[in-house]
Amino acid sequence: MALEQTHVRRAAQLARLDLSDAQALSFVDDLNRILEMVDQLQSVETDDVAPLMHPLDATQRLRADGVTEGNERERFQRLAPATEDGLYLVPRVVE
Amino acid sequence: MSDHTADATFDHTVTSLAAALQNGDASSRELTTDYLKRIERAEPTLNSFISVTAEQALAAADDADQARADGCAGFLTGVPISLKDIFCTQGVKTTCGSKMLDNFIAPYNATVVDKLAAAGCISLGKTNMDEFAMGSSNETSYYGAVKNPWDSAAVPGGSSGGSAAAVAAGLTPASMGSDTGGSIRQPAAFCGVTGLKPTYGRVSRYGIIAYASSLDQAGPMARTAEDCAHLLGAIAGHDLRDSTSATRGVPDYAAELDAPLAGLKIGLPREYFGDGLDPAVASAVREAVKVYESLGATVRDVSLPHTRYATSAYYVIAPAEASSNLARFDGVRFGHRCEHPEDLIDLYQRSRAEGFGEEVKRRILIGTHTLSEGFFDAYYTKAQKVRRLIRQDFLDAFDQVDVLMGPTSPTPAFDLGAQKDPVSMYLQDIYTIAVNLAGIPGISVPAGMVDGRPVGLQILGSHFAEARLLNVAHRFQQTTDWHQQRPAFAKEIA
Repeated sequence: MALEQTHVRRAAQLARLDLSDAQALSFVDDLNRILEMVDQLQSVETDDVAPLMHPLDATQRLRADGVTEGNERERFQRLAPATEDGLYLVPRVVE
Repeated sequence: MSDHTADATFDHTVTSLAAALQNGDASSRELTTDYLKRIERAEPTLNSFISVTAEQALAAADDADQARADGCAGFLTGVPISLKDIFCTQGVKTTCGSKMLDNFIAPYNATVVDKLAAAGCISLGKTNMDEFAMGSSNETSYYGAVKNPWDSAAVPGGSSGGSAAAVAAGLTPASMGSDTGGSIRQPAAFCGVTGLKPTYGRVSRYGIIAYASSLDQAGPMARTAEDCAHLLGAIAGHDLRDSTSATRGVPDYAAELDAPLAGLKIGLPREYFGDGLDPAVASAVREAVKVYESLGATVRDVSLPHTRYATSAYYVIAPAEASSNLARFDGVRFGHRCEHPEDLIDLYQRSRAEGFGEEVKRRILIGTHTLSEGFFDAYYTKAQKVRRLIRQDFLDAFDQVDVLMGPTSPTPAFDLGAQKDPVSMYLQDIYTIAVNLAGIPGISVPAGMVDGRPVGLQILGSHFAEARLLNVAHRFQQTTDWHQQRPAFAKEIA
């Protein structure tokens, strides 16, 4: 199915990516060519094939649900653009 | 070496520098100073570094010299190296080649960085790369394209192009790269250096800015397989901080380098020698295979029937994972923040629009689309099923042969600006991409020249067969001198 500008706009909205009309239009062409290449996958018979999520076919290891790291708030906050009383300051978005 | 190191450093390997340090022929401070001078002379032309950390490097070199004087130096103590700017380095700018992270000072070290420091290596700085490791030419970096030292009209390859160019030009004897679809091997081939992508999980990904988490793998780039063996030994191993890192022990890679090749069974995948392969590259690769036959190896054709679908599967899986990984760069949690946002959504959308480049946006959009409702099974699940078939092809081949050989890339380095269509660019990685989908290791070694530009021979092995790959590559380098060829530029800046 060919992609249209509405699909690109929808993806951009989901990805929280601001696009101008001209950019969205230019991506339609690019993304359609990529999807045309990707559509080759549909010709492969995979009915009895399980998806491979991990290249070693391994399962995710879990660890005990315990605290393993110390509190490094001060060190990390030294890198922030703005902090106050141990909190990060971010732009006001709700008046 | 002290009076003429500026002339000599460019021709040294990690191994020969380690010997010079051990013999007292040079100090780490002398070597570090000489490499820093070379970087200063070369960078206006090459643009292979994003950050040069001269002060930290010299301080670390002094520590290394002191450690040696105290009798507690290891093999790599005092050897300068560099790091792709994808590795978080505490207190140092870590940009991943993006405007998004132009002001990011990492608060911690990647495990690879910690391990190299523990081994005594000196970091000269952070090398240039395609933005968020998305590219095959190093033209998508926010910091500008890197030039290939063999020919400044050519790309160095991507995304570890800065690392490859810096090693080829003798600005650093080795560099750490990362490989998601060929990003160590392809630039190594284009720049005439040796690059190893280890088995997925062999090296911790902790602190490596994620592109596609089920494909990313760090590895060494150097002039020789012997150097790569020493560096892999330093960085490999299980890491509690990366739950996908492998738990098996790390062999002594350098100890097995000289094993004889008699009886080695080499497979040539017929799909790697088909349409689209430059005949001159094919010829160089076949000549390299003849060298192996002269060393006692036998050669047979094999088939990897799903190879033709690898690029398609990759360009579903990698962008899907990227769209998720890059969600954290929203101007609040990480990254560039836009001015005067109207509301929270505007803050996210404009920060991301201003911070990301075109290729990153393209991959985020394709990944978000293929993961969205109504498309997930048709694209993502399907691609993961094909991925299993691709992996099975390799497992079947390794039942018949010890290693696979073929070209690293279908052409030598192409000209800057030559690839304008994204799909054509993606197909440049046709021989490297399947390796990441399957998680197996691969190495590219210099194996010829075409019109003054290097050609890479790619050697693939089964999971965790890095020692065998390094042995096979090393024996080739003992027999040929392609890895000793140096670009004129490396001598010009001596």
